[in-house]
Amino acid sequence: MAGQTLYDKLWSQHLVKERDDGTALIYIDRQLLHEVTSPQAFEGLRLAGRRPWRLDANLATPDHNVPTTLKERAEGNTGIKDPVSLIQVQTLDDNCESFGIEEFRINDARQGIVHVVGPEQGATLPGMTVVCGDSHTATHGAFAALAHGIGTSEVEHVLATQCLLAQKMKNMQVRVEGRLGAGVTAKDIVLAIIGRIGTAGGTGYAIEFAGSAIRDLSMEGRMTVCNMAIEAGARVGLIGVDDTTIEYLAERPFAPQGELWDAAVAEWRNLVSDDGAEFDKVVTLDAAEIEPQVSWGTSPEMVTNVSGEVPDPASAEDDTVKHSYTRALEYMGLSPNQKITDIKLDKVFIGSCTNSRIEDLREAARVARGKKVADNIKLAMVVPGSGLVKRQAEAEGLDKVFKEAGFEWREPGCSMCLAMNADKLGPGEHCASTSNRNFEGRQGYGGRTHLVSPAMAAAAAIAGHFVDVRQFAANDDTQVQEA
Amino acid sequence: MEKFERHQGAVAPLDRANVDTDLIIPKQFLKSIKRTGFGVNLFDELRYLDEGYPGQDASQRPLNPDFVLNQARYRDASILLARRNFGCGSSREHAPWALEDFGFRVIIAPSFADIFYNNAFKNGLLLISLDEDIVDQLFSDVEANEGYSLDVDLANQRITKPDGEVLTFEIDAFRKHCLLNGLDDIGITLQDEAAIRDFEARHRQARPWLFRQAQ
Ligand code: SF4
Repeated sequence: MAGQTLYDKLWSQHLVKERDDGTALIYIDRQLLHEVTSPQAFEGLRLAGRRPWRLDANLATPDHNVPTTLKERAEGNTGIKDPVSLIQVQTLDDNCESFGIEEFRINDARQGIVHVVGPEQGATLPGMTVVCGDSHTATHGAFAALAHGIGTSEVEHVLATQCLLAQKMKNMQVRVEGRLGAGVTAKDIVLAIIGRIGTAGGTGYAIEFAGSAIRDLSMEGRMTVCNMAIEAGARVGLIGVDDTTIEYLAERPFAPQGELWDAAVAEWRNLVSDDGAEFDKVVTLDAAEIEPQVSWGTSPEMVTNVSGEVPDPASAEDDTVKHSYTRALEYMGLSPNQKITDIKLDKVFIGSCTNSRIEDLREAARVARGKKVADNIKLAMVVPGSGLVKRQAEAEGLDKVFKEAGFEWREPGCSMCLAMNADKLGPGEHCASTSNRNFEGRQGYGGRTHLVSPAMAAAAAIAGHFVDVRQFAANDDTQVQEA
Repeated sequence: MEKFERHQGAVAPLDRANVDTDLIIPKQFLKSIKRTGFGVNLFDELRYLDEGYPGQDASQRPLNPDFVLNQARYRDASILLARRNFGCGSSREHAPWALEDFGFRVIIAPSFADIFYNNAFKNGLLLISLDEDIVDQLFSDVEANEGYSLDVDLANQRITKPDGEVLTFEIDAFRKHCLLNGLDDIGITLQDEAAIRDFEARHRQARPWLFRQAQ
């Protein structure tokens, strides 16, 4: 028999029942809840007189709507100025309290973006099925967990039945082999993958990321890669278990301890694709060829090397592409063949479930240390992914590095990733952002988002336009030597 | 979901084809965190003379006296008689939520839009399609007789008129089964409750660390 893929193993370990119509019931080990997609699900339960199937499978935290300035946060929920946002956050609190679900509230140090909080708490473990009413749930796949984003009616379904109705996906492997160049990061890997396969390239597949360049990444880097599987069209992104996974999880609050830990680790070691496992599709990238990436358009696949240029719609392969390039350039206010490094910026956002973990902040701080944000940058902000990330960063003095350079140091939340709170772009403003979506209006009406790594975002803040962080670092070394 | 076996209720006629979901519940009411409470804004633009927005005190708003649901004789209706292609437009589930919240249990029309049809059954509403000429006849009957009501028997797929005349209707077996037993998607999954419990027990034994709380 051919070997099994990691996805096949996780699927069969959770299969409760297959139905005649090709759908299956799969058991869900963990559901993460936030304020935006859960209220109608809880209300549905209440109206039907149902109880959650298993309370301890759920963990909640508000993230999308919470304000990120210290002043507002000091007031707790009452600091939320927008009444609709306030009601959503309060509703989450009330629902968790009345049903008995554990919640990290707005000013709990453990609060943060759900996809940062779950792994940080060890609430995401290898071999789990994880769901959340949010498409970036793929993040948790970095731990060899089968993680899906779901809709509100499915949130209710999982609350009530501990199961999800699902259809088995196909298997894709994306191999990234070799060593990354200095200054090139996990974000550049995943943007390069999306640039290669396109935003629909992974539709219908569970993507497993493999190869030596993926193995060399920290857990934070792996989460960045899996997080954006959805931007490549795949609802699920996965990475097999190795020592890095296991070391990250040791001693986390929700992780097993003692003998149970040993038993778990022994089993987790099997959570890799078998030798000879067959994938429906395999894509290979050479890590050494990946450069720092910058998105220039209004879809994550509209991305190129920092040394590159904005494409000319006239040279597009067909009319559909030509049309979408033209529309994107118009929206973005860019001209054909414009050099990426000539794109002037107005704002810089370092944060989101893609890049707000401690490694990301260290990477950005390394670039920002001893520098000043350029005068043309109206706002440069760093928004840690959770209260614990913030605390750790402050213990390492990263907050000082950022503040001295002229960045704002904020409280944890989704913030300008989707601009549901007060943090947003104005019309026409260009933003170097470490988030995951550059759709029209995503970061504010008329706002122009460029997706980059934290190091690239920090370098851009200092230069006032995009720069190749590799040259930036080199200059920096010379200056230090000269001084 | 509430079981639907048999329902007797007063009928209100909405004499208008292609009623879309925006007309059923306008978009400004979709921001709510609830599935209930949409009833006061059902057919908002037809029902009130002013512009509606969320959070208004509906009792202070000027009613459109010409709108059928504002007429005393139809106020307690629970069966809506409608025209062709009822429920077209956006996929908002708020439309069936609003109809149900207002108190409707049955809608009779010559035809319904697809998505609305689906959404309605998920929310316990029974949608019945009857031939255009039968619907025409019902419209005249309702308008001619104050307090006109129908007796809808889902199990036998029969509608009995006040004069004893019986109409039959078609419905697919699965939807009928779900309504009769009060099963929504969750209800259907819960029919496998034993299989889920069984799986859970084995899963817990094999991988107890997945069932642990923070220490
Ligand atoms: S940070 Fe952005 S992408 Fe991530 S969960 Fe929040 S809003 Fe969604």
